[in-house]
Order: sequence, then structure tokens, then C-alpha cells
Amino acid sequence: MIQLRNVSYVYHEGTTQEKVALKDVNIEIPSPSFLAIIGANGSGKSTFARLLNGLLIPTHGDVIVDGLNSKDFENLWEIRKKVGLVFQNPDNQIIGMTVEEDVAFGCENLGLPPKEIEERIDFALKSVGMEEYRKYPPHLLSGGQKQRIAIAGILAMLPKYIVLDEPTTMLDPKGRKEIMGVVKKLYKEEKTSIILITHHMEEVVWADRIAVFNKGEIVLEGSPKEIFMKDEKLEEWGLSVPLVTKLSKCLVERGFKIPHPILTIEELSTWL
Amino acid sequence: MEVLKTFPLGQYIPGNSLLHGISAKAKIIVSFWLIIIIFLLKLNFYSYLLFFFLILLGILLSSLPINYFVRSLKPVYFLVLFTFIIHFFFGEEGGRVYFRYGIIHITDNGIKMALFMSLRLIYLVLITSLLTLTTSVLELAQAIEDLLKPLNFVKFPVHEFSMMMTIAIRFVPTLLEETDKIIKAQKARGAEFGKGNLISQAKSLLPIIIPLFINAFRRANELAEAMEARCYRGAKGRTRYRVSRWTIKDLVFLTIGILYPILLLVFF
Ligand SMILES: Nc1ncnc2c1ncn2[C@@H]1O[C@H](COP(=O)(O)OP(=O)(O)O)[C@@H](O)[C@H]1O
Ligand SMILES: [Mg+2]
Repeated sequence: MIQLRNVSYVYHEGTTQEKVALKDVNIEIPSPSFLAIIGANGSGKSTFARLLNGLLIPTHGDVIVDGLNSKDFENLWEIRKKVGLVFQNPDNQIIGMTVEEDVAFGCENLGLPPKEIEERIDFALKSVGMEEYRKYPPHLLSGGQKQRIAIAGILAMLPKYIVLDEPTTMLDPKGRKEIMGVVKKLYKEEKTSIILITHHMEEVVWADRIAVFNKGEIVLEGSPKEIFMKDEKLEEWGLSVPLVTKLSKCLVERGFKIPHPILTIEELSTWL
Repeated sequence: MEVLKTFPLGQYIPGNSLLHGISAKAKIIVSFWLIIIIFLLKLNFYSYLLFFFLILLGILLSSLPINYFVRSLKPVYFLVLFTFIIHFFFGEEGGRVYFRYGIIHITDNGIKMALFMSLRLIYLVLITSLLTLTTSVLELAQAIEDLLKPLNFVKFPVHEFSMMMTIAIRFVPTLLEETDKIIKAQKARGAEFGKGNLISQAKSLLPIIIPLFINAFRRANELAEAMEARCYRGAKGRTRYRVSRWTIKDLVFLTIGILYPILLLVFF
């Protein structure tokens, strides 16, 4: 379980550029679970992601990962082993000159023997469906493939939690679908806890729980259905609901006998 | 853009030949040794011929078409020609004189030097090509790290140095692609490159270089974060996925590569 207790984060504290990015955030992330984070640009989502694996240390409050407080410098390495972080731009997180070298990078840092690294590369590449690209240089891959390699690099470290900070933002619809497929599979089959930060509402309908960020605070938390009931509130925070949900709401208002909210096209079509 | 995408990292041609399979460490050591030997080689026909046999053996063991090696000589054609001409017409005095006019003189010694100095250059290029055509940049970087390891004793940051090299090489295609994008974007805004005098040409490059640098720093920042997020903390407690151990093959290669030229030095 990851616990955030009264966590605040201030950039450049005590200078004229001081910027409060998170204010008094409290949340518990059990394992396994699938938490989605949504919020407008600048609402503090990336700051939140970096706090989870100790890239940032809270200005106030505590981040505790399976009992390890990130304030304690000694714990940072253990925490990063447990909490993998996938960034937005696939180009800037690939270190290796071949796919397998890149996937190996994290394992090498963990000090694993070569034989085990080999097995983990097999496993990680298979999980993201990139086995046949093992010897490829990453710069020849598409955006979606690069991002899958980035995920494989994290997976090979066998983290308990994977945080994905807008992993599909720089991808085309095909790449986006590939990544979401991988993420869902990891949660269902590997029981890896997923913390998915995104602003594509279609991607969060699979989560167990959604937390909504606004100006550095968690303003709403609940299941996808609970969250998308409050479409007017979401609009206020600069967010929207999935198109299908909008459509089904219109249908309800026109007198169709279907439940509200509806989150996926499949769900809608079974009711119609 | 397509050119950039297929931009080769180094000259490496993947393959399964005997030379490809030799450890990069052994290849680097032998290459360096041969380069030193070239400068020590006595200037006589037999030394140069027998040395060439060694290079020929290397070329055969690499199983690469000969034109890769011919092509690798292209950048130095001019230099070789220049060296040859200088020595041929203006070289050392001594031996029979065939022709003399003003400062131009063709002598026995001059012809000999012209020949051997040009061959020296050609040999140098062929040896480095043998190394870089059959060894990937990654293997080279790791081998250099291994070979430099003793420098750790004098507190030289060997691991950091080689990590730096590896990452720099890894980002060459990314930065090339980005340069291409920026050039296109600036052209779309009406920028013109390569026109006018030197100063205005240099000025026209600024709109490319500045965004390139800004982006490079942003990238460096993000990459550092990504490395830290993957538990990177320098060489401490780190293992390597690809460990290269010395095999019999490497040792045989090393022995021949080192002894043969010594014999050349001794007997010719
Ligand atoms: N390195 C930084 N220095 C100063 N301010 C920052 C830095 N990173 C983010 N911020 C500010 O913190 C706030 C939250 O940013 P961020 O966590 O990146 O939000 P999000 O990921 O939701 O877009 C924003 O107002 C942003 O400008
Ligand atoms: Mg962000």
C-alpha cells in the first residue's frame, strides 16, 4: 500500500518563484488496484507521480510505500524498486542502444546476475508484445513501440506498482490502444498495481478508482461511474466525460430507458 | 528524414564471421598494437608485404565484401595522394637521382618513402576499419570501459565516462532527427540557409542551434530523471547483462595479433 499523508509540495520554496504544486493531499493506494488520476494541465499530476517513487520528497507530510517513508534517504532505492515510473516522452527515457540493452538497464542497476536479467528481458518483452524486436535499435521503432519498451524496462524490475504519467499523450490512436492493452493486461494478469495519469477520459473507465486533481488538491475520488455522474463539476475543473457518456446522458434526457452514466460503447450498445 | 532514420551508428556491419565473434577487448588491443607497429616497421618491401598479409587475413576472417574496405579508404584518397606526391617529388635526398629541376627531385629514397608513407596511411585506415566494421559501438564502449577499469585506482571515473559515451552515441540519431524537424519548421517560416556571406550564413544557423540546445538540455534533464527512476546510482552494486569473458578464440587471436608483428620487427 502507498499512503500519502497531508502531502504538500512547493517548487523553489522560499524564493520569488515559489510555486505550490500540491496542497495537503491524502490518499491510500492499496495493492493490487488500478487508480486513475485525471486533472487539467498544471493541476499537480506529474508532481504527484514523482512523489510516489521518491524522485521528489514532500515539502510537508509523508509518502509511505509499504512502510518505507521516502523522507528517509536510505529507503529511496527500495522505494524505486517497488514503484516503477513511466514518463510521457518515450524518446527521453530510453537509455540503451538496443531494445534488450534498454530493458536490461534497470535490472543491471538492481545488481541481478546476467542469467536472471536474460529471463526477465524475455518476460518483459513478451508482456508488452515486443519479443521480436529484441536486437532492434530503439530509434527505428514507432512511438507506441518505444513506449512499450519503456514499460518493459520498468516491468523487468518486477515492481509492485507502476505509475504511468500520461504515457499516451505523444502517441497516435494506434499507439494509444497498444499501451492501454498492455496496461490492462498487467493489472489483470500480473496483478501489478497501476496508477495511470491521463487526460484521455476513455482510458480511465477501466480503473477501479479515479482521483480528480484540481489546482494541487484532490477534489473528488470514487469509481468511474461515480465520477462521471458529476459531469458539470468536471467541466468546472477543465475536464470532460467520455463521448459515450455524454451521448447516453442526452439519450436519458430524451426519455430513453437506459442507466446513467454509461462508460463504454459496448455497454451502450447492449442497452440499446 | 529517411536518411537520418537509417543513419548507421559507426560503420558497423552486423555479421556472424569469426572476426565479428572475437571479443571487442581483444580486437581493440590488437588494433592499437598494430597501429604502433606500423610506425616501428622497417621501411623495406618484405616487412610491408608480410604486414599486408596480416591485414588480408583480417579482411578474409571478417567475411565482408572487399568494397566496404575500399569505400572506407575514400576519405583519405586525397591525403594518400598528397603524401605520395610530396615524397615523390620533394622527398629525401639519397640513392640514385632520376630527375632534378629546381626544388623538384626524384630520387631512390624519395620513391621509397613515397611508397611506404602512403602504404602506412592505407594500413592505418584498413586496421581501424576492420575494428569498426565488425564491432558495434555498444561493444566498443563496453570494451573501453573494461580496458580502462585499472584507471579506477587513480580515481578516474571509468563507469561514468563510458556511460557518458554510450548515451552520447545513443542520442545521435534522436538529435539528427530533431535537427531535421527544426530546419523544416524554420524553412516553413521562410528562413533561408546557406545563402549570403559567411556571417549571414552563420547567423541563419542560430534559429536551428538555439532550439536544438534548449531541447537537448530538456532531454538531458528528463533522461537523468528516467535513469534515477530505474534505480541508477552509478557503478555501485551494478552488474552487467552482457559480460564478455575471454574465450580460447580470443586468446589465439590476441597471441597471433601480437606475436606476428613482433616477429616482423625482429626478422626484417
Ligand atoms: N520544476 C518545476 N519548477 C517550478 N514549477 C514547477 C515545476 N514543475 C512543475 N511546476 C509547477 O507545478 C504545477 C504542477 O505541475 P505538474 O505537476 O507538472 O502538473 P500536471 O502534470 O498536472 O500538468 C504547475 O503549476 C507547474 O507550473
Ligand atoms: Mg504532467
